[in-house]
Order: sequence, then C-alpha cells, then structure tokens
Amino acid sequence: MKQIEAIIRKSKFDEVKKALHGIEVNFFSYWDVTGVGNEKQGHVYRGISYSTTDIQRRYLSIVVSNEFLEKTVNTILESAYTGNVGDGKIFVSEVKEAYRIRTKESGQAGIN
Amino acid sequence: MDSGLFTANNVWMMLATALVFFMHTGFAFLEIGLTRSKNTINILFKNIFIITVGLLLYYAWGFNMMYPGFEEGSAGIFQFSMDSFGISAPENGMTPEYADGGYTWWTDFLFQGMFAATAATIVSGAVAERMKIGAFMIFTVLYVGLVYPIVGAWKWGGGFLDSWGFYDFAGSTLVHSVGGWAALVAIALLGSRIGKFGEDGKPKAIPGHSIPLATAGVLILWLGWFGFNGGSVLSADPELTSLVLVTTCLSAAAGGVAAMVLSFVLYKNLDLTMFLNGILGGLVGITAGADLMSPNEAIIIGLIAGLIIVLGVALVDKLKLDDPVGAVAVHLICGIWGTLAVGIFGSMAGGGQFMTQLYGVLIIGVFCIVTSGIIIGALKATVGIRVSKEEEIEGLDLHEHGMDAYPDFTND
Repeated sequence: MKQIEAIIRKSKFDEVKKALHGIEVNFFSYWDVTGVGNEKQGHVYRGISYSTTDIQRRYLSIVVSNEFLEKTVNTILESAYTGNVGDGKIFVSEVKEAYRIRTKESGQAGIN
Repeated sequence: MDSGLFTANNVWMMLATALVFFMHTGFAFLEIGLTRSKNTINILFKNIFIITVGLLLYYAWGFNMMYPGFEEGSAGIFQFSMDSFGISAPENGMTPEYADGGYTWWTDFLFQGMFAATAATIVSGAVAERMKIGAFMIFTVLYVGLVYPIVGAWKWGGGFLDSWGFYDFAGSTLVHSVGGWAALVAIALLGSRIGKFGEDGKPKAIPGHSIPLATAGVLILWLGWFGFNGGSVLSADPELTSLVLVTTCLSAAAGGVAAMVLSFVLYKNLDLTMFLNGILGGLVGITAGADLMSPNEAIIIGLIAGLIIVLGVALVDKLKLDDPVGAVAVHLICGIWGTLAVGIFGSMAGGGQFMTQLYGVLIIGVFCIVTSGIIIGALKATVGIRVSKEEEIEGLDLHEHGMDAYPDFTND
C-alpha cells in the first residue's frame, strides 16, 4: 500500500476531488496548510507594498493499494495542473499496514 | 416656550446622546479590525474601560470642571471648588429656562458625558498592540478626567477662547485634536510595534485581522456623527439640524472619495482602509463648522480632508511613528484642518477668524502636548508603558488578560 500526499491549489480542489471519485478513489483526508514556496503574491496595505511567499494550499492524504498508485498519481497530476508556478507537489511513501476501525479488517480490505 | 417644543428639543438631544454613545461600538470595531486578533480582547477592554470610567469621571467632577460657570467676559482659564464634585441639577434645570428650551440639565450632562470619553478612545487606537493596560487606564483617568474638561471649558464652558471668538461647533479641536495630540505624544514615547519598521527603516505592513469589522466600525461612526454633529446644535431646530446632517454626510462622502482616489494614484491599488479613513477624516474635518458651511463648502472641506488622510498616514510612517489605525492623521491633522477651515469657509470666514482659530489650535496643542507628555512620560519612567517583547509577540490578550478572543478558531 502506498500513501500519496498531494499539496495542491485550493482552487483546484473540487476538480481533483471529482477526478479522484471518477477513478473510484473515494476515501481521503484533507486539510488547509500554509507553506513557503516560489510563488509570490503582491499585496498593498495602506501604501506599503509587500509580497508574501506564505501561500495557502490544501494537503491531501490518500492511501491506495499498489495497483491504484499510478492511476491515482496521474489523475492528480492532470486535474491539479495549471501550468503556473505554485501548482504543488506529490509525495509517495510506503504504508506498512492499514485497518478499518469499524470491522477491524486489515490489509487490502482495510482500505477499499 | 411651548412645552411640546421643549419636549421635542429634548427628545432629539437624547437621541443624539444615544447616537454618540453608539460611536464607541464603531471605535471598538474599527480598532480591532485594523489590528491583529491576538490583541482583540485588550483593545475591547480599553474601549469598555473608557466608556464606563469616562462617564463616571464626568459625573464625579468632569462636567462641573468643563462648565464651571465663568463670569461673563472673564476670559476664564480654570475654576473649580469643593462644590464641583458630583452632579446636582440647578433649580431651573428641567425647565425651558435652562438652555433656551433646548434640553434639560440631565440631558446636558449625559450628552456632554458621551463626548468626554472619545478623547481617550482616539489614543487607544494609536497605542494598540503594545501598551500596558494598566498604564493606559491610568492615562485615561488623568487625561479624560482632567485635561479634557479643562480644555473644554476654555471654549464650550465659556472660557477665554470663547471670549476671543474661537469657534468649534462639535469638537474638531476640543475632542478630536485633544485626543490626537495625546495619540501623537503616546506613539512617540511608546515606540513602534515589533516588525513595523525593517532594519533599513522602511515601514512594513501589519494587516488587520478583520476588514469587515473595520468597515462596520466606520459606518457605525458615521451613523454616530448624526448625533455628534446633529446634537451639537443643542436643540431640534429644524433648519440647523437638517443643514448640519447634510454638511456632515457630504463631507464624509467627499473625504472617502478623495482618499480613495489619491491612494489609488499614489499606490496603484484600491485600498479599502484608506477609503474608510478618508470618510472619518471628512467627518472630523466638518465637525468644527458643520453649522456654518454650505453643502458645496462641506464637500470641499471633505475633499481636502481626504487628501490629508492619505498624506498624513504616509507622513506618520516617514517619521518612523507607528499608528495602526491612522488616528493621528484622522483626528489630529484633520481636526486641525477642520478648525482652521472655519476661518476659510462658511459664514464665519475671515482673516481675523482664521487667526483666532489658529491661536486656539496652537494653545490647545501646546497644552495637550505638555500634559500628555507629562502623564505618559511619568508612566514610562515609573510603571513602564510598553509590554515586554514576549508579550507583544504572543499577544496582549494572552498576557494582559489570560484570554483568547477567538478560542474556537485557529489563528494563523
């Protein structure tokens, strides 16, 4: 099993979510994060210009079986893309075990 | 006088009293909106302290100190006796004889009482996010308790400025500049917030945490000004009150637009907070002469006030002073402008009047700088006026009050 962590634009979230549902990936967690990166946003406040590299993003955490890995990553790569600096990142890591709390099943049955 | 007319006048004055009272909500919202949420409780606490303690001080001696009943033409400066403590209505206080039938003595006390605390509120915004609450409370008691009524007596109490012909309809100088001078002295002695000025001396932006609240605050203040200026007619005189409301609103609108346009021209952005400050600048600017100006003149005064706002905020930054809400630009500089405008526009315009206005501005300026300097300087030397660095970074709510303004939300 693999964990996919994707940091995407908040504005792309609905599209990514819909695309993931489209390939039968229906379970994941997400939360809003602030990050530092290359994208700069110009602000002006009472005559003072400043740019901030603190950017708001959404962080998704998806655990999938190995067969689903490539499909899921490609889906995210396509649906979260804009072509501008700041589109985000995807990290893949190994997951040792997964459980479904309600039934206490583990392994593949734990994540489907 | 017809008792119905006396009643009508008094009802309007009581309504005006309520409107001026409501301005404290406006100040509170504006101040917290333009500052960070870690200091929100502290700012609200200051504002509530001002309303409550300010009124009690006015009851205790402020009202009598401000209206000591100087002898006609005595050019009085200060008059106070042991009888002046506490309030007691004169014999004719509840009759039309008291104030030409404009209001009762009770109304007089309360209406004026609502103005008194405003001077300290102005300072509250300027010193936000870094002043010790204890020191601020002591300052408020001394400034609202003594300086404000003494200055007020010089004009509204019939003192020497009044004998000279100095004119301040609703308090551009007596309220707004009095607060503004203290705000200027306070921020000079207090220093700027950590992170406001970079190592190169350039100012940095510290954005407020709730622009919606700031906007609501300004609109509430504008509403309150219907009472602040409308009630300063001191009766429900249909022509004067309706004229005053018109000049007040036109000046506010013009001030906002001028500030918005100038800040766009200078900074290439449509800054809402400048727009809001411009409205306030227009309101303060018309306050000295709202009953003297024609609508056209009111608009001109407002436009100039709006320009002053934008330039004033930049000037304060240039002087390396930190004024989170623009109090100095709005209340001090526009307060001076409004006072001088009485000599330039309207039915009292003239070289002589302008000089009288100028003398008033200067004398009151010196007095306020000296008194606020002594009070704040003494506080600085004794109990200290500035919170520690850790307190400032973690927020005054936590350290001065042990509270969280938004415990349910996570703050950035």
